[in-house]
Amino acid sequence: MVDLNSYLIIGAVLFSLGLFGVITRRNGVAVLMGVELILNAANVNFVAFSRFGGMDLSGHVFSLFVIILAAAEAAVALAIILNIFNNMGTINIDEADQLRQ
Amino acid sequence: MVVFSTNLIYSAVALLFTLLGVAGLYVFLWADFIAVTQILIYVGGILVIIIFGIMLTHRITSVRLSHSSMQQGTGGAIVLVIFVGLTSMIFRAPWYRVAAVEPEETVRQIGRLLMIDYLLPFEVASVLLLAALMGAALLSRKVD
Repeated sequence: MVDLNSYLIIGAVLFSLGLFGVITRRNGVAVLMGVELILNAANVNFVAFSRFGGMDLSGHVFSLFVIILAAAEAAVALAIILNIFNNMGTINIDEADQLRQ
Repeated sequence: MVVFSTNLIYSAVALLFTLLGVAGLYVFLWADFIAVTQILIYVGGILVIIIFGIMLTHRITSVRLSHSSMQQGTGGAIVLVIFVGLTSMIFRAPWYRVAAVEPEETVRQIGRLLMIDYLLPFEVASVLLLAALMGAALLSRKVD
């Protein structure tokens, strides 16, 4: 029986793996991938609640907004990472520790 | 795979398959419009941006495209605690359940919701996208 709990578990797994990526990866792009996983976990929960929890189609609209925010965030974050790489020659987030060049 | 592989390109490809799997879950949840949007924007847009970022931030001449992790033990412990907490919360919480009926056409209703109930967030999101695009173009421009 596939019900709400299984989808919530999938969301929790995605969230945990994304958080693991965010706090353990050294590469900036890989940290970005972890953030994408976390946003996907939120989306799965939204759509699952709209299917099982009486949230109707508002959940779909919310997950649309989350996707829009993820797109904007990815574009800006990649631009920032490119700048860090140009200025410091590395994108390892524990080595890029100075604000001035 | 996304968070464990040491090759960055492998991580990106694993992320691709993860996103496709989540799109399949949306189809199972009667959210066809969200599934198509997920494939278009995530797989077609964000993943391409991420791969561009990988390509641009590693010198083409350098063969080494790997990256390492740090503090895997501590991070794994913290994440495990969080996951166990979430799971027990999920199984114990009295969720409000409604036997939903399958919507016939989600696209029309989503459009109606966007244009009537959620008009202000929709416009704000469009302004935010414009600002993000301008900011990204400004940040990645060569300063001379």
